[in-house]
Amino acid sequence: METTATHHADMHRDDDASKIGMWLFIFTEILLFGGLFIVYSVYRFRNPVAFHIAHQELSITMGLINTIILLISSATVAISISAIQKKDRKMSMMMLGMTLLFALIFLVNKYFEWGAKFEHGMYPGSDLMTMLSHGDMLFFSLYFFMTGLHAVHIIVGMVLLSVSLFKVRNGAIHSTRFVLLENSGLYWHLVDLIWIFLFPLFYLIH
Amino acid sequence: MTEHTEHKHEPNYLEYRGKYTGLMGWLTSTDHKRIGLMYFYAMMTFFLSGVVMGLLMKLELIAPGEQLMGAQAYNGLFTVHGLTMIFLFVIPGVAAVFGNLFMPIMIGAKDVSFPRLNLFSWYLYMIGAVIVLSSQFMGDGPPDTGWTFYAPYSLKTQTNVVAAVTGAFILGFSSILTGLNFIVTMHRLRAPGMGWMRMPLFCWTLYGTGWIQLLATPVVGITFLMVIAERMLGIGFFDPAIGGDPILYQHLFWIYSHPAVYIMILPAMGAITEIVITFSRKTVFGYSAMVISSMAIAFVGYFVWGHHMYTSGMSTTARWVFSFITFLVAIPSAIKVFNWTATLYKGSINMQTPFFWAMGFIFVFMIGGFSGLVLGSLATDIHVHDTAFVVAHFHYIVFGGTGFAFFAALHYWYPKIYGKIYNGKIANLGLVIFFIGFNTLYFPMFILGIMGMPRRYYDYLEQFHSLNIVSTIGSWVMATGLIIVIVNLLRARKGSGKEIDNPWDGRTLEWQISSPPILENFEEIPVVDHEPYDYK
Amino acid sequence: MSKDNHHHIVEYKNHILVLFLLIALTVITVAITSVELGPYNTAAAMVIASIKAAIVLMYFMHLRFDQKIYRFMATIVILIFFAVIIVTFFDYLYR
Repeated sequence: METTATHHADMHRDDDASKIGMWLFIFTEILLFGGLFIVYSVYRFRNPVAFHIAHQELSITMGLINTIILLISSATVAISISAIQKKDRKMSMMMLGMTLLFALIFLVNKYFEWGAKFEHGMYPGSDLMTMLSHGDMLFFSLYFFMTGLHAVHIIVGMVLLSVSLFKVRNGAIHSTRFVLLENSGLYWHLVDLIWIFLFPLFYLIH
Repeated sequence: MTEHTEHKHEPNYLEYRGKYTGLMGWLTSTDHKRIGLMYFYAMMTFFLSGVVMGLLMKLELIAPGEQLMGAQAYNGLFTVHGLTMIFLFVIPGVAAVFGNLFMPIMIGAKDVSFPRLNLFSWYLYMIGAVIVLSSQFMGDGPPDTGWTFYAPYSLKTQTNVVAAVTGAFILGFSSILTGLNFIVTMHRLRAPGMGWMRMPLFCWTLYGTGWIQLLATPVVGITFLMVIAERMLGIGFFDPAIGGDPILYQHLFWIYSHPAVYIMILPAMGAITEIVITFSRKTVFGYSAMVISSMAIAFVGYFVWGHHMYTSGMSTTARWVFSFITFLVAIPSAIKVFNWTATLYKGSINMQTPFFWAMGFIFVFMIGGFSGLVLGSLATDIHVHDTAFVVAHFHYIVFGGTGFAFFAALHYWYPKIYGKIYNGKIANLGLVIFFIGFNTLYFPMFILGIMGMPRRYYDYLEQFHSLNIVSTIGSWVMATGLIIVIVNLLRARKGSGKEIDNPWDGRTLEWQISSPPILENFEEIPVVDHEPYDYK
Repeated sequence: MSKDNHHHIVEYKNHILVLFLLIALTVITVAITSVELGPYNTAAAMVIASIKAAIVLMYFMHLRFDQKIYRFMATIVILIFFAVIIVTFFDYLYR
């Protein structure tokens, strides 16, 4: 089939197309979070004091640790792509495994961070939250919504990376065919990219 | 045109049998032409149900007071009419049907870049459509917010807003994936020799549209998610009672929904361009101006959303900024109209049904455009805001623009889609009746709006009665025309029309292959060595 | 479209260097926001975040090594997004 398949659209393999497609999807994601950043900036502009006071409920240390974890995981996934290009399958798999591990640590951290809020009776729809002043309410609504959506993206990214890991292991991804790994990596960097802005916007309001 | 006749034994896309046959053969097909046709059949169904809803509303408005339904039923009806027509028909409209059917052929490709993703988009579209329509019947009654879901009312009403919003979100996702697919296809699969500046203009408009779909749709997607979160989780974004800003909802909504107007109209303009060129039998006037104006409309159209909000309480500065940018959009739009006219000039015009539809498009689109200037300038908008004038304006643009272009494109490409030709005389008759009905239906609404009749009420004052009767009668005339048009096309499909490959003497690639096209469009990928509209 | 630059391989140590740079910038952000600079705190935090984002885009996401078209598209998209924010603020700044 392979020899005659050049004329069959389904059989056609075009790595550049996949990559452009992934980039376009990333642009869509940027605008998805972009909408939220617009909402955030408008409400912070209108409630500067409330946002400043509300942010003190968040732990900078926790945020800093998570930021660094995500940065490292971004580097490991980048190394994993370099490794597969260099035909170093073992290294590639190890780096992917580390990325997944860091992603998991990030989520566990997030779980404890949210958990602490929930314990204090602060969660979407709780009595405490409905009693908050307007600015605080907006801050925490945005906090839960944006970090929650980001966590969903982490999970999607983990699924993509796991599939890539599996395919590196069984040889479906190799040094001349790694566009799936590359695209999963791009997606993972996007997740990092968004966190780079979420961190100062929620944890470092002065 | 002769070399492929010997290959006629290749089954065409309507007939070939893959792994599955019958209905499953269609539902599992990744062939761009079959997907395009599946969009077409689904869309016509939704369009006709939307038409029925519209007719019911006009019937309610035939006289003051309650005729058929009360206020709540009317509110539900105009909401679902709007949702159906906007999200299920005009936004995907020309792009999903004719883009899928012909864009890959026009650039000389066998299919889109991601055929399976293309099929997935269709399924998302159907799922979204079912959810949106079921909101009319399920739970706490049809949503009564209007298709705009303005906060805070959409957060407070007890009706079925969440289902409708979820459906719209899924439809948006489908739209994004289609746009993505088209952009990648045009980047990667143009035939050898077909540089960017040799692409047919319809493809260029799809390219611009694809970018709008990618960059605008996610904004409304996230806004809808926030509305759902606010309703279900009780967190605050737009409700002023907990500090939110309802005007911000309007900003986010229109950041998408204004560009969405260009998602509707750009491919429509592209199809009209193809028709005008083919039926003038003359190359296009100002190819690059057409390309640039398409991209300029896409780009500038991204920054004019605020003109829907002049009376919302937005700052004065923002209002004049938006008004100014809005006037800028008129420039590339006018370039298109001028170039169509200049293309017609000294052409040898072929008077046939698609051409008449295209002329109808230009006529109603200009009325829509000029009335748009009335709404785009601050002072006059205050007068006619939320009156029947607005309803008339956007029906001239959305229905008159996209709807006319849709039928123009359908009559233009019909022989290519089915390999059959319809009865031209009856088609023309249907068009004339449709055209008269259309203007009788909507033009009185301009006058009613200036007289001060508000929109979105099932009832009105006695002084608006006579013009409303005219308008309602117009709706019947238009429906008659529509029935004639559709029955004529259906009969051509069933009947044994002549098989024609290139009935209009078109020069773009889709006319150089057999009708209907074979499974993968081309026996051999063509090599392009001339401009797209190569008339001598 | 040439295929050769498609396979640009970035050395491991370059990734590590970029990582340390990013961590350093993160620490600097935290340090800056803990001292009093008035309105410049937010501006500084955002500028550093943008620099970090640019580094991730250029090096981890390979924009520096890939075909120009990716860089071009990414730039346009980011500019459009900023323009949207600016236009939105024509409302909120002057209300």
